Amino acid sequence: MATVEMNGTTFEIDEDGFLLDYKTFTNDWVEYVRQQEGIDELNDEHWKVVNVLQDYYEKNGIAPMVRVLSKLTKYKLKHIYELFPSGPGKGACKMAGLPKPTGCV
Amino acid sequence: MAKHETPLLDQLESGPWPSFVSDLKQQAEVRAKNEAGVEFQIPQDAVEDLLGVLELSFKHGRTHWKHGGIVGVFGYGGGVIGRYCDQPKLFPGVEHFHTMRVAQPCGKYYKTSYLRELTKLWDFRGSGVTNMHGATGDIIFLGTTTPQLEEIFYTLTHDLNQDLGGSGSNLRTPADCLGSSRCQYACYDSNALCHFLTNEYQDELHRPAFPYKFKFKMDACPNGCVASIARSDMSFIGTWRDAIKVDQDAVNKYVENDPGYPANAGAHKGKDWGPFDIEKEVLALCPTKCMKFENKTLSIDNANCTRCMHCINTMPRALRIGDDRGCSILVGAKAPILDGAQMGSLLVPFVEVNPENDYEAITEVIESIWDWWMEEGKNRERLGELIMRQGFQKLLEVTGIDPQPQHVAYPRTNPYIFWKEDEVDGGWERDVVEYRKHHLR
Repeated sequence: MATVEMNGTTFEIDEDGFLLDYKTFTNDWVEYVRQQEGIDELNDEHWKVVNVLQDYYEKNGIAPMVRVLSKLTKYKLKHIYELFPSGPGKGACKMAGLPKPTGCV
Repeated sequence: MAKHETPLLDQLESGPWPSFVSDLKQQAEVRAKNEAGVEFQIPQDAVEDLLGVLELSFKHGRTHWKHGGIVGVFGYGGGVIGRYCDQPKLFPGVEHFHTMRVAQPCGKYYKTSYLRELTKLWDFRGSGVTNMHGATGDIIFLGTTTPQLEEIFYTLTHDLNQDLGGSGSNLRTPADCLGSSRCQYACYDSNALCHFLTNEYQDELHRPAFPYKFKFKMDACPNGCVASIARSDMSFIGTWRDAIKVDQDAVNKYVENDPGYPANAGAHKGKDWGPFDIEKEVLALCPTKCMKFENKTLSIDNANCTRCMHCINTMPRALRIGDDRGCSILVGAKAPILDGAQMGSLLVPFVEVNPENDYEAITEVIESIWDWWMEEGKNRERLGELIMRQGFQKLLEVTGIDPQPQHVAYPRTNPYIFWKEDEVDGGWERDVVEYRKHHLR
């Protein structure tokens, strides 16, 4: 598997740039994904989405449905795409260090 | 000289049917020679490696693609199916082999100029291999690398005025039969409705916001040439509600076996079925037996006709669909996973198909169903499964449709019948002490 380095920390990732192990998440990872995902600057709203995703994942062991994410953050889907151009799955979940979405995508 | 030996695949070059192996080999050769001088943006031998990995799968009897893959273009949550080979050392040409879904025109009518533009782009930035078309309807570009995705999307949208199709938990690319463009059975313009709904719900198509996938398909009559009743969560099937139009002279031409009037437009000419017999082939096969042929006159008791299309299909020059046209809406079709296959169930027996008011009657039903399913649907629960879980009555409630006998094939046989509290005199609040006054313990 490939590795990437950001500010001296090394991360193991898959082909799609998702973190292989959630436990290896650090804030350096967020910085790495920011650059990959076409985000100029992180603001509080980005962090809120990341934190909500991580809390939910730690509690439930899965990523929340899109509608649940909207409810928890109070951001409409449109706004989530403004924050994360690749969307909640490829963008936000990746930044939060969650496993790659699966299924018939 | 091919890059990989493909003895098993080579066998599929014999026989009369067009061979996908011969076609892939031809494409591999075209890329190897590159007479057009294309600056290939993905490996030149991608198609040879595709044949190589397929041969290996034939040998092993198992797939050699890794699980899943999440790639895409900025702004959209779907449209691209990421795929990576699990033998990248052996077949570097298909290490990345992503599929792009490209929205197709309704009825799949094309000009060569358009297809040439598409193939030029795909030869340059992809493998040059396609699927025309995916089962849902999309034009499918088979095989490119991640860095090419945004490039392809840019050219598609900027130069070809062409968008991606859908994938993920969203509205998938709608598809239709060719409708009134070249079919006399069409009860509404399925191309126009398909095009309108695709444009109307672009947001729902590109950015997954649903519990699971959702498909529209439009059949302009009950023959179901796009199989909407089996392959779409919401199926629009054209019909009429006045009388079938009968041309008695033409009926008699069929009866007299006039060569210009072959039964079923000559569909069974490959075998001698004897002379046409209207009694046997039409009247006796009518599912409601609502037809008569007496004194050279065909009569139809239209009130008892279920519009199955059989008589019209058999005598297309004599029988025509009625003039009061619209469509039925059926919902819930899905493949077996998770709790069994379903076909569409009739929800709206007849609704007008009116482009003048932007198909208001239809979009109202769509949006009320989405409001319900988006709120109540569990993660990865198709509409058909939500209907099974919460009940067809709930669906009627949220769509504001009154229950009618047409909603069932037969009434329930079990007596587990729920009543609403306000339907029952006295409600559910009961005092056992009051009961004991009349019934001693």
